[in-house]
Amino acid sequence: MRNTARRAVQVVCVLTTASLLAACGAGKERPSEDGTAVGVTDTTIKIGAHFPLTGPAAPGYSEIPSGHQALYEYVNDNGGVHGREIEMVVKDDAYNPTNTSAVTNDMILQDEIFAMVAGLGTPTHRAVVQRLNDDGIPDLFVSSGSLQWGDDPATSPMTFGWQPDYEIEGKIIGQYVKENMPDAKVGLFLQDDDFGEDGEKGARQFLDSQIVDVQKYTPGGSTDFSPQMSSFKSKGVDLVLGFNTPSYTALSQIAAQGVGFKSKWFYSNVGADPALVGGLLASMTKGKIPAEQGVKLMDGMMTTEYIPGVDAPDDEWVKLWQKVWDEYSKKGSEKLTNYRIYGMSQAYTFVQALQANGKDLTRESIVETIEKEGASFEGPGLAPFRFSEDSHMGISGASVVELKNGAAEPLTPVLVTDIGDAPIEEDDSAASDAPPASGLPE
Amino acid sequence: MKLTERLRSLTRPVRSVPLARHLLVGLIAFLVVAAIIGSSSQYLQTRYAEMAFFAIAAGGLTVLTGLSGQLSLGHGALMAVGAYAATLVLERTGGETLADVFVALLVAIAVCAVVGVIVGVPAARLHGPYIAGATLTLAVAVPRLANQWEFLGGEQGLQVPVPRAAELPVWIQDLVWFFTAAEIDQYSFLAYLGWFLLILAFVALANLSRSRIGRRWRAVRDDDVSAELAGIHLGRARVVAFTVSAMCAGLAGGLMAMNVRLTAPGAFTITLSLTLLAAVVLGGLGSLTGALIGAGVLAFLPHFATDLGESAGLSATQAAEVTPVVYGLVLMLVILLAPAGIVGSLRMFLARSSLGQTKEKTT
Repeated sequence: MRNTARRAVQVVCVLTTASLLAACGAGKERPSEDGTAVGVTDTTIKIGAHFPLTGPAAPGYSEIPSGHQALYEYVNDNGGVHGREIEMVVKDDAYNPTNTSAVTNDMILQDEIFAMVAGLGTPTHRAVVQRLNDDGIPDLFVSSGSLQWGDDPATSPMTFGWQPDYEIEGKIIGQYVKENMPDAKVGLFLQDDDFGEDGEKGARQFLDSQIVDVQKYTPGGSTDFSPQMSSFKSKGVDLVLGFNTPSYTALSQIAAQGVGFKSKWFYSNVGADPALVGGLLASMTKGKIPAEQGVKLMDGMMTTEYIPGVDAPDDEWVKLWQKVWDEYSKKGSEKLTNYRIYGMSQAYTFVQALQANGKDLTRESIVETIEKEGASFEGPGLAPFRFSEDSHMGISGASVVELKNGAAEPLTPVLVTDIGDAPIEEDDSAASDAPPASGLPE
Repeated sequence: MKLTERLRSLTRPVRSVPLARHLLVGLIAFLVVAAIIGSSSQYLQTRYAEMAFFAIAAGGLTVLTGLSGQLSLGHGALMAVGAYAATLVLERTGGETLADVFVALLVAIAVCAVVGVIVGVPAARLHGPYIAGATLTLAVAVPRLANQWEFLGGEQGLQVPVPRAAELPVWIQDLVWFFTAAEIDQYSFLAYLGWFLLILAFVALANLSRSRIGRRWRAVRDDDVSAELAGIHLGRARVVAFTVSAMCAGLAGGLMAMNVRLTAPGAFTITLSLTLLAAVVLGGLGSLTGALIGAGVLAFLPHFATDLGESAGLSATQAAEVTPVVYGLVLMLVILLAPAGIVGSLRMFLARSSLGQTKEKTT
């Protein structure tokens, strides 16, 4: 009898609790998706990017966002783009893919950016491409030459490259070496990720039989490259092709001196900024190699060039960058560098895209605009962009240059090509584009 | 009067049986946490999820170091093992359903249990600085294995597929919608999952430490000779402690992989192992609440410091550089002002004040 009563009480309790919980239900209709563009108002556009502001990849690369910001301020002071001012959020990932994932998350959810513009690095940006595309966030002008930003728009419809990809750079370097140094024994010095892999792929199209040794390094790993340089030395390498970041240009030079390895050097554009590498050599050797001597040490090195740099102060584009930098750099004491020019050149392309897009800006419309009109953007690039519905690859070519006293002397005209078997052709047409008188994209 | 007595007798089994008590606290905690997660922004949800996996790892470490007295500097490496195990499973299964997620996490725990035994057996013979050294090598060496084998993805790491909201079972979607009026998405899903598993893990750890096994650990920690004289197998107790702790690290690693959506060696540097230890020390060694607080500090302080730096007008670079300074200062302050950690010092303070009260009563 008592048992039944107790059980009844229990049942009543459970039912009451359940109905109470049910009453707590929010009881709202599920909303449908709304189509407003996140990060865009009538007067502002908020964009973001990840850069290595600290850590081994920071020298040089950390200057790129200051170039972006200077150009955006210049544009904003001249009325913005279609009445909107551009605001850029910059987050430090220390060139660590895990951090990139975390800071990108913050930018998407906390800062609510409209688009990622110029996020830097191959291994780093690779970590967030899928997330950006899943969420439908434009991922424009990645600061890296990996193929994956543009060769497959079907899987990554929101992502666009900017600089020449490492494969075409490898092809251009490979062809030059094959034609001009057919007897050279080539050693490859590669970053152990898609950066090195893509460059190797391009170079091997021409140099497969000439390559006698391949050495790789991991960013953030060992900083002593004596074993690698000794290996080059023992295999009789007399031309090293480096697909590496600037710190590793300096480290490989120090190690080569250490083991007495003499060779011609050909660094891809990424790792060959004379002023930066000179400075790095000075700081890494604690002044044993002064910066000026470090720059001299790079005399005779070959590399490629796809935008005019500080060594060409009379170029119309460089004049514009100098003017903008003098006016808008936050600290007047800091000089214009090739990395700041890189940032401003990228920013210029982004402003161009916003201009071309018109007043009605959505995440989809900006992608469509770049696909349709990007190939005709006239900018500082020596070769045109390859943007279309089928390709999101950036600048289509570069010229081979030799460094003398920190300045680049062209060895070839601008060489234009595409990934795969596309032929390499001379095409100087885009190199003569001049900036509009106002300095603002029209 | 009669009613309160009646209530007390009814709740006695819950209060006196640790498992029931822990489960009840866990259940209440989960309801509170779920309400908080449900009403938070996506950004905060990701922070909560991060806090959850750090807390699981820190909980495992605090049991190992605080109860069994073994110091591990290698828990970052164990998290790496868990993360890679979970990632490889998710890659095979596609990771689209809830079942895939749990299978991946179970595999991560199982693999880490095996690694825990393998490392725990030799570690059980070591003391103090020697065991720290041995586990330190683990922290340095293990993440580098990813560069050795192609299938581990090298420095660039492996992408982790995570279930999208639309692929979750309908009943979960409905349940979450029902209580929070918010659609469950991948961010809230990971936060709910993380805290659910965190509470489950903490209930298990709390129970374990109240059990015979936990008492043995304490005995071994306090005096190994008398523990052995009392018939406790020292090696066995230590290996069990290490394995349990490794399993927590494995679970945390698996969750971390899903949250970061990338498993790469750069995530598991020696700094991670040291940070975990710092979290445990910060919160209070041997206390699960302390581990939770430490994990909260880990998940929130760096972002807080960066935001503070930026709002104080520092450039992005300077703000990025300020973060580790703030973190270091907080750690130093806690160690100077509260040497037993936040929870430990609070406990001491409470004990002292209650002691004072009893003294007053007796005099």
